[in-house]
Amino acid sequence: MKTINNVVCSFCGCLCDDIEVNIENNKIVNVKNACSLGLSKFLNYNKHRILKPRIRKSKEFVNVSLEEAINECVKILSNANYPIIYGWSNTSNEALRVGIEIAELIGGVIDNTTSVCHGPTIIGVQDIGESTSTLGQIKNRADLIIYWGSNPLHAHPRHLSRYTALSKGRFIKTRKERKVVVVDVRKTATANIADVFIQIKPNSDYELLTALRYAVNNGEIEQDEVAGVPVEKIEELAEMMVSCKFGALMFGLGLTMSPGKHRNIEAAIALVTDLNKYTKFVILPMRGHYNVTGANNVTCWITGYPFAVDFSKGYPYYNPGETTIADIIARGECDAALIVASDPISHLPIESARKLSKIPIVTIDPHETPTTRVSRVVIPSSYVGIECEGTAYRMDGVPLRLKKIVDPPDGIISDEEILKMILSKLKGD
Amino acid sequence: MIKVILITGRSLDQGTSKSIGKFSKEYMEKLAICELDPEDLKSLGIKSGQNVKIKTKYGEIIVKAIESKQAPHKGIAFMPYGPWANLLLGSLTNSSGMPTFKGIEADIEIAKEGKIMDLNELLEEKIGVI
Ligand code: SF4
Repeated sequence: MKTINNVVCSFCGCLCDDIEVNIENNKIVNVKNACSLGLSKFLNYNKHRILKPRIRKSKEFVNVSLEEAINECVKILSNANYPIIYGWSNTSNEALRVGIEIAELIGGVIDNTTSVCHGPTIIGVQDIGESTSTLGQIKNRADLIIYWGSNPLHAHPRHLSRYTALSKGRFIKTRKERKVVVVDVRKTATANIADVFIQIKPNSDYELLTALRYAVNNGEIEQDEVAGVPVEKIEELAEMMVSCKFGALMFGLGLTMSPGKHRNIEAAIALVTDLNKYTKFVILPMRGHYNVTGANNVTCWITGYPFAVDFSKGYPYYNPGETTIADIIARGECDAALIVASDPISHLPIESARKLSKIPIVTIDPHETPTTRVSRVVIPSSYVGIECEGTAYRMDGVPLRLKKIVDPPDGIISDEEILKMILSKLKGD
Repeated sequence: MIKVILITGRSLDQGTSKSIGKFSKEYMEKLAICELDPEDLKSLGIKSGQNVKIKTKYGEIIVKAIESKQAPHKGIAFMPYGPWANLLLGSLTNSSGMPTFKGIEADIEIAKEGKIMDLNELLEEKIGVI
C-alpha cells in the first residue's frame, strides 16, 4: 500500500490541500482529512464511468475509436454558425487554455459555469471593484466572520475549520476570539453554529444590505423592520461590523441567484467599501466548483473577460445577458455545443435543457450524465486531480497544482490532450 | 394547497450522491425531494415522507416532502439543485445571464396519484431523450 500526502481535493472551491490517500493496486482504498463531499468523490470517482468514445448514429450510440470521435467533433464544430463551448469549472486551467483557442478559431462563444453561479458577482465587481484578501488573511486575522446566503457546512464543509471560524490563525487562534454571523432565509446548519443568526425574508437581501449601509453610516432607520429583520438587530449587526478589527463577508448564491442578482452584489460590496472607512473589511464569494475561479482567471488573461466571451465577430466580445449561455440557449441561437466537464442538461432550467438537447452536442466528461445521454458525440476523459495533473485556482484566487495519484482506465486521456487533438484537427495540422 | 417561495440550492446529500453517479438510486433519493417547515407539513395535513406536487408557472413535479432539519422557514420550500428542481424554473435571465434559481412562487399540494419520476423517465418525458 502506498500513501500519498498533501493531495488536493478537486471537489469544491476550498481546494483543501491536506488530503492523505492510501492506494493499493491502483485503487484508492482510504482517504484521510477530506469532508464527506471529498470522501464520496475520492471513493466513487470510478463509478458510472464512460470507457469508450461513442457517436450517436440514428437513435443508437455506437462505440468508436478516439480518432473517429474527434473527426466527428471537428465536423460538427466546423459546420456550426454559432457554436457554444461550455463547462470548465471541473477541469484544469491547461485544458481551458486549449478550449479558448478552439473558440477563437471557430468563432464560437466560450462560457463557463460562472454564468449560472457567481456571474452576477463578477458583474458587480466589474461595476464597483472590491476589497478582498486571501483565505489565509481571514484565517490569521478576522475577528468577525459573516456568511450571507451561503451554507458552507453543506456546500464547502471544511471552509470553517480550515479558513474561518474554527481555524487556528496566527493572530486569532480560537473560536472564542471570533464572532460568527449568518444571514439566510432558513436556519441552516451553519446558522446553528453562529453567534448571531439573522433570518431574512426571501428576495429582500438588497433592502437589508442597504439598511445596513445606512446604519453603518450613522443613519437612523425610520422603520420597525427591514426585510423581516427588526431594526434593533440591524443596528446591532452594524455596530458589530464597525467595531471589529478585521471583518470578512463571505456570500453565496443566496445573493446571486435571487431577484436583484448583480445589484445585490453591488449593495454588498458597497457596504464593505463603507466599512473600510471605519475598520478593515473584505468580501469574498463562496465559489462552488473546484476550479470555477480558475475558469474566470484563465479566460480573463487570454481574452480580457472572465466568462461569456463571444468570438463570432472575430474579436472577443463580452456582454452578460447577451453572450451568456443561458441566454443564447433560451433565444435558440446556438447550433452546436462542445461541453467539457459539465452537465448543463441537469443544471439549466427545463426549457433551456430541452432546447440544448435538440442541437448536436459533443461532450467530454469522465462520467455518464444526462448531458452525455443527449450528446451526438461523447469522449471520455480522465479525472483531474486523481488520474491526471493540472492547475486549479482556489476560491480566493490562489493557484494549486493537482496531482495524479492513480492511473486512468486504459485508453482514457485528459481533457487537455483531447482538446489539443481537436484543435490540431481543426487547424488542419 | 399552500403557497410557498421555492428556493433551490446546494445540499450535502446532493454533493455526496452526485459523486456516486447521476443515474444512481442515491442521487434520485436525495434530489427528488422538497424540504418543508413542520408547520407547512401540518397545514398540508401530511407527514414527512409523503409525496407532494409542486407547481410554478413554468412546470410541475411530484417529489417527496421531507421535514426540514434547517427550520424554521415557514412558507419556504427548499429543493436541491438538479434535474427535478429545474422543471420548476424559468429560463429567462432579464439580461443578467443568470436564470432565477431562488425565490420563485410555487403552490404545493398533496400528490394523491402519480409517482416520482426517475432520471431516465424525466429525460424521456420532459426532454424527449430516446
Ligand atoms: S471542503 Fe471542499 S475541497 Fe475540502 S475536502 Fe471538502 S469538498 Fe474537498
